[in-house]
Amino acid sequence: MVSPAWEERAYLDHAATTVLRPAARDAFLEASQAWGNPSSVHTAGRRARGVLDEALSRIAELLEVPRSWLIMTSGGTEADNLALRAVPLGVRAKDPSRTAVAVAATDHPAVLATARALAAGPEPLEVREMPVDERGVLRPEGVEAALAGSRASVLSAALVNNETGAVQDFPALAAAARAHGTLVHTDAVQAIGHVPLPTADVDLMSLSGHKLGAPVGVGVLVARPDVPFAPTSTGGGQQRGVRSGTLDAAQAAAFAAALGEALDERERRAAEVRGLTARLRRGIAEIDPEVRFTLPEDSPQSGHILHLVHPGADSDALLFLLDERGIDASAGSACSAGVTQASPVLAAMGVSDDDSRGALRLSLGWTSTQRDVDLLLAALPEALRRARAVGSLRR
Amino acid sequence: MKVLAAMSGGVDSAVAAARAAEAGHEVVGVHMALSKNRDQTRTGSRGCCTVEDASDARVAAERIGIPYYVWDLSDDFHDLVVEDFLAEYAAGRTPNPCVRCNERIKFASLLERATALGFDAVCTGHYASIRADGPGGAPSLHRSRNQAKDQSYVLAVMGPEAARRSLFPLGEDETKEQVRAEARARGLGVSTKPDSYDICFVADGDTRGFLERHLGEAPGEVVDADGTVLGTHRGTHGFTIGQRRGLGIQQPAADGAPRYVVDIDPASRQVVIGAAELLSRRELVATDVISFEPLAPGQAVHAQIRAHGEAMPGRILEVPEGAAAPGTVGTPDGALRLALETPVRGVAPGQTLVLYDGDRVLAAATLERRP
Repeated sequence: MVSPAWEERAYLDHAATTVLRPAARDAFLEASQAWGNPSSVHTAGRRARGVLDEALSRIAELLEVPRSWLIMTSGGTEADNLALRAVPLGVRAKDPSRTAVAVAATDHPAVLATARALAAGPEPLEVREMPVDERGVLRPEGVEAALAGSRASVLSAALVNNETGAVQDFPALAAAARAHGTLVHTDAVQAIGHVPLPTADVDLMSLSGHKLGAPVGVGVLVARPDVPFAPTSTGGGQQRGVRSGTLDAAQAAAFAAALGEALDERERRAAEVRGLTARLRRGIAEIDPEVRFTLPEDSPQSGHILHLVHPGADSDALLFLLDERGIDASAGSACSAGVTQASPVLAAMGVSDDDSRGALRLSLGWTSTQRDVDLLLAALPEALRRARAVGSLRR
Repeated sequence: MKVLAAMSGGVDSAVAAARAAEAGHEVVGVHMALSKNRDQTRTGSRGCCTVEDASDARVAAERIGIPYYVWDLSDDFHDLVVEDFLAEYAAGRTPNPCVRCNERIKFASLLERATALGFDAVCTGHYASIRADGPGGAPSLHRSRNQAKDQSYVLAVMGPEAARRSLFPLGEDETKEQVRAEARARGLGVSTKPDSYDICFVADGDTRGFLERHLGEAPGEVVDADGTVLGTHRGTHGFTIGQRRGLGIQQPAADGAPRYVVDIDPASRQVVIGAAELLSRRELVATDVISFEPLAPGQAVHAQIRAHGEAMPGRILEVPEGAAAPGTVGTPDGALRLALETPVRGVAPGQTLVLYDGDRVLAAATLERRP
């Protein structure tokens, strides 16, 4: 296939992973020369520890939390696993009446599958899934029901949904949870660099490096010091004994550099990205009068994700045709096996299986420009015509 | 041409895709995901349906230098192949799911989808040969040069229209070893994978267990040709015409000769057993005819009734309306009738009948119960 050269392509899948920032790459390469185990007591170890400490201090400063609140992980999934596995078990060990966890029905599988695994395990925990409205926002009565009886140890909800971009109201969620003594966790993986972080309102927050321009393979769980963790990860006892394993100074340095840039330019970039998304929305509506945008323009959202449905189109075919024309896009969250499952996020928002077959997620980031919008809008009419022809083959 | 290469993750389809690309076609590799809940790793001789197979196909595509996608055809596969397989067994017939998959998925769903996306042809690693030597350049389907690997029998149902838009780059290869050697030379890491034989959607290879799980129990009688009840069974789907073992009969035949399943009547749920002679058929009846060229009564043909069987000489007795023109499908009611020179044993309804003239495929049809 003769596909367009890299520089003629439009990358519209920043929610899957964003472009590596040169500052993060430089920081990684420089820090990687300070080899040594940060836990060793000799000179090489101290040198690596120095690089690591500097990176952690910078991350803490940027997030406006003490350094001791940071637990480095391999990414967002591991951070979510700690928050949804080690914390509920840790809380229950101290307070046997805390036998439940509350999760948003639209949460990422890193949260939902972890909670469900606990529900199926020995000494199962009760999993209370909180419903959302058609804007993807948690329904207050559902949150209250999940907190009822003060049995939930942790309430978890993504700050920004990875498929739709819907944003939750954390001051309100935190107030409700605190009234029941329930800890609050947010997966802020998609939020960082796009919306302000609710650091003061939460006890636990998951972050991922590759969504903000650091390499894949590094994440952070921000955890207040009074949050109890069960020892689910055992080993040398690094990082409060919560997450054992030799710390990666180079990844921490890259994370710090990417985070610094992302937060420094957040307000300016977020406004630009919002403008581009609005132009995409208008342009697509002109091309396809039948298009259904999953979130109305005025509902709470991050501004970097535009999720929509082209009724009657086959989204696998649409992604193929867009790719061929130089556009990298997605139908929702990436899936390892390549088999499309009806989106549980859309189902939870009341979208039918038939409609979610024509789904398209366009997500923007720190490298997005008007040219990306123009390329997509130029490629879409023909791609959509063919994707509908494929959709009509379905019996 | 713009060519879609179907890539199972095995050696044949990888080499076929590489040859199509080398021939100058614009090739895109596609792995068909045929099951919603796929095993992560391969076990036994299944060779197409695991995540590991998809990953092998991806690595091969990368090595060839072509784009690669996974297409989810699991709904079509379930509805058109797995459900059909179960319904056929429930009706006392013996289906061939690989034939149905070629007919309804590879050379239908996949091909239609490819055409809608702007592809000119689908390329697979099948061992058969397509030549444009029919009247007016019409395509003809031939046995592969490698007779041991020949797959024309399971491909014949594709019909001439699909053949016109298909490429089989391995059809002229003499041996599988050539293909494996070429895979090694091209650095396609799949060259050591074993060939696949089992039914891909029966994960553990236990077809009878699969049928019992899905069809449940439907008890009936085991009778002899006179209707005398000799025993009972848990479902006709446990039997196939010509079967000798596992009949569940206590007393031996009066003459001590072995007995076989000679008929299955789904309506009464009776399994009829009898001596080997009762299995013999000289006349074959088949419906759903798909022909590559016109058929005529009196025409001498060779008939093959199972995947690894021999083609047997015979003569067409009757041609259903519609099947006289190539590419058309006979109505289910209209039957193709055929007389064999020598009687054959074990004609199972539901199996595919393929008619040949030498190595050239004339038509495919589905065998029916009685002459």
